[in-house]
Amino acid sequence: MNWKRSLIAAVTAVPVILLFAWGFTRDPGEIPSPLPGHAAPQFSLDVFAPGQPPLSRPVGDTVRLADLRGQVVVLNFWASWCGACREEHAVLSTTARLYTGRPVHFLGVLYNDSLAAGEAWIAEMGGQSYPSMQDPGARTAIDYGLYGVPETFFIDGDGRVAYKQLGPVTGVGLAHIVDSLIAALPPKPAAPATKSRS
Amino acid sequence: MLVVSAALLAAITGRAGAQAAGASAAPVAQQAAADTALEARTNAVAGQLRCPVCQGVSIQDSPAELAQQMRDLVREQLRTGKSPDEVKAYFVSKYGEWILLQPRASGFNILIYALPVLVVLGGLAVIVVAMRRWTKPPENLSI
Repeated sequence: MNWKRSLIAAVTAVPVILLFAWGFTRDPGEIPSPLPGHAAPQFSLDVFAPGQPPLSRPVGDTVRLADLRGQVVVLNFWASWCGACREEHAVLSTTARLYTGRPVHFLGVLYNDSLAAGEAWIAEMGGQSYPSMQDPGARTAIDYGLYGVPETFFIDGDGRVAYKQLGPVTGVGLAHIVDSLIAALPPKPAAPATKSRS
Repeated sequence: MLVVSAALLAAITGRAGAQAAGASAAPVAQQAAADTALEARTNAVAGQLRCPVCQGVSIQDSPAELAQQMRDLVREQLRTGKSPDEVKAYFVSKYGEWILLQPRASGFNILIYALPVLVVLGGLAVIVVAMRRWTKPPENLSI
């Protein structure tokens, strides 16, 4: 009779324990994004903070994702009221500068913040090497399934979201992802051979 | 004669004015009815979508800025002719099934609906078995 009771207790307890074990490995605040592996939502956003040469773009210039096809895009959503954005700012700004001339575009998107506050924040942080765009109504943020900042999306040369980073990026992680996406870009067609004057 | 003419003119212009007012009031009323209907549909869809920056609250009930922006987007998509299911599908494509306050009863989600029923049935079965045992008269009871 005792073995029967033990069996019933085990059959009842084991699934509950497994369910809890699985549940405790998950972050209840995290919303699993369906975007990685799929086409990145298109955007067309106006620059409000130009960035610094040689990565700068004029204020009011419209940045379209479609125009950046064939290159890697690092799209970082940030806000002046976001503490973790301060943490990653130097990493993003420095890495973007280090990758100057490589087929990668670093772009910032201001999320639910005033342009004045965004500009003041950039000045306070000592500048931002790459341009930042405004996102009225958070339409692009919603298109990317954003629910907090910072969030960074890595878009490959085919226009797909390759990876999404929740929270601040780290220098090593950032360089690793960007390098692997650049390496995956199709090789540029070789320039036609020119005859040497000899 | 002059008075009669003036009265007639006033009557005509008055009627014309009333007609004009009636003609302009009709589209306004129609617009108001359309707005009310759109608002009701927006509320219905927004009430089924979870606010991403809150705890278990729909974007309809949340005062958060992102929730309000999402509600505006729901209204805009409905206005452009999208069906409530299409609007919900849009948000699912961005935030996953998580965004639905009431999960779809398919695949793994069926467990959410089936498990409580199974647990209640199992509990009832245990109670029935236990009560039978408790109410069973002892076999070797002799007077």
